[in-house]
Amino acid sequence: MLGFLIQRLLQAALVMLAMSALVFLGVYAIGNPIDVLISPDATQDIRAATIRAYGLDRPLWEQYGVFLGRLLRGDLGRSFVFNIPVLELVLDRLPATLELALASVLIGAFVGVPLGIYAGYRPDGALSRGIMAASVLGFSVPTFWVGLILILTFAVNLGWLPAGNRGETVRVLGAGWSFLTWDGLQHLALPALNLSLFKLAMMIRLARAGTREVMLSDTVKFARAAGLSEWTILRRHVLRLIAIPLVTVFGLEFGSTLAFAVVTETIFSWPGVGKLIIESITALDRPVMVGYLVLVAFLFVTINLVVDLAYAALDPRLRRRARA
Amino acid sequence: MTAPLLDVRDLRTEFHTRAGVLRAVNGVSFTLARGEILGLVGESGSGKSVTGFSLLGLVDPPGRIAGGSISFEGQELVGLPPARLRELRGKRIAMIFQDPAATLNPVLTVGAQMALAVQAHGGGGDRAARDLAARSLARVGIPDAVTRLDAYPHEFSGGMRQRVAIAIALLHQPDLIVADEPTTALDVSIQAQILAEMKALARENGTALVWISHDLATVSSLADRVLVMYAGRIVESGPVAQVLRAPLHPYTRGLLDSLPAMGRPGEMLAQIPGSTPSLLSLPPGCPFAPRCPRADAACAQDPPVVGTEGRMALCHHPLT
Repeated sequence: MLGFLIQRLLQAALVMLAMSALVFLGVYAIGNPIDVLISPDATQDIRAATIRAYGLDRPLWEQYGVFLGRLLRGDLGRSFVFNIPVLELVLDRLPATLELALASVLIGAFVGVPLGIYAGYRPDGALSRGIMAASVLGFSVPTFWVGLILILTFAVNLGWLPAGNRGETVRVLGAGWSFLTWDGLQHLALPALNLSLFKLAMMIRLARAGTREVMLSDTVKFARAAGLSEWTILRRHVLRLIAIPLVTVFGLEFGSTLAFAVVTETIFSWPGVGKLIIESITALDRPVMVGYLVLVAFLFVTINLVVDLAYAALDPRLRRRARA
Repeated sequence: MTAPLLDVRDLRTEFHTRAGVLRAVNGVSFTLARGEILGLVGESGSGKSVTGFSLLGLVDPPGRIAGGSISFEGQELVGLPPARLRELRGKRIAMIFQDPAATLNPVLTVGAQMALAVQAHGGGGDRAARDLAARSLARVGIPDAVTRLDAYPHEFSGGMRQRVAIAIALLHQPDLIVADEPTTALDVSIQAQILAEMKALARENGTALVWISHDLATVSSLADRVLVMYAGRIVESGPVAQVLRAPLHPYTRGLLDSLPAMGRPGEMLAQIPGSTPSLLSLPPGCPFAPRCPRADAACAQDPPVVGTEGRMALCHHPLT
């Protein structure tokens, strides 16, 4: 297990190195930030001084080296626009996105998996067909449109829930969280529901396919022959047997929602990192873009590592292979 | 004579498919005494496994028991509510399957799976369930049973895995175990061990056994009586020694002739020509007629029962 962990950590470090180089080069290629930073009527001296101050007169490899050196110390540079450290800027926005993404994948898992298992257990039932038809909608209706309809219905027409912003937050661990207050929870409800629809549909389909397959297996027949109730079979046998693909998709969806909840955050004016990256791209705020992308890569690598460890916890056969 | 443990009368199990009604079990009758070992022999598709599943009320849709009666200790199982059937399964009637690698759940420890089977019938707390599981594992000859409870199925060899499955079937000391080809997936040497132990365990506990197999040789070393199934019907039945020595039905004769004999190496094995008929399009009359060396015009009619209940065959032209 330890060897497996070390091997995975090394892989993760390599991925991070490659990502940092790619991101740095990619962002370097998209324009000169100096044009944005200083006014067009500045003198040549001011221009040159600014370029020197940001280290932009150095060759590319040297700039990357400086960037990498700082990165290893946890320094992502300062925002050109806000003139505060990028890490601080992103970490200030990240909790908002984190709770939104987590809320949406949790809704997807805790509602989607039971519905999917039911639909797989009774594939011909009317309710199952209804669930599956709804899941097709979840896949195919665009998120932004659903978001607008949700606002129109629940915020404008019914007036039950607020249409945007985070509402009241509570500071825990140095960050503000909405889900800890009733007001914040109300603000969280609509965007989280909006983001969860796609994940819900995915979880339903995965859980259904897995359940249908497992229900026909000898494991289930044998459990029935031993007199286990259908409920016990579903809860103790089937759920464990279909868990691995569900955990995989849960991890991937969590990562991609963290990184790319942009549309939903924009529609619901949710002050998360998605909005931050859009703003910094418009302003050509290079350190923020680079820092953000590196952080996203870091999150993805971490989530994948956790998912791999979860596999080993879920399937004892993988534990042995990893040990060998 | 006391009442039999199991009395099956005219059992019919059908599968309603798009292509028509498939009569997998077509009027099967037999009895089983307490502690008796009954061999149920036939080729693939003869309906022997479906017969076994019918006894436990475990026929998967689109299959269903369409008629007949299964009387277990005087209680009628056909039409019994699912909850009542569940109470019997595992406690009074248990089942063992062919491939232990597929029946045991790979992601749960053996102990956890056994505890589920114990607690499906009350069984008290986790501690008591674990004790019972360990005793059952020890009884089927698994060394170091208490520590092995925490092992996963893949950490056992094939033979040991089947012993675990047998231990699960024996947990509640059932009156009847239906064993569906439980040694087919095992090495030959392990097969012989498991057979001997199953026989000893059944005798020891007074458990009756329905041993389903395609292998006459296996059944002959184990069973008291044998039923030969073909196309959903019992075509011959009787005490195992009599059926093997003097078969009445040409099909049984064919099965016996196709067994490799020890004394004659290098000789071609006799085969039964043709293959099992599709149960969807059975010809009228005797279903074995197209493959039978003794068939004639009479075989277009339904074959008569020859002999008595204890020693019968379903044939126009029985061998004598």
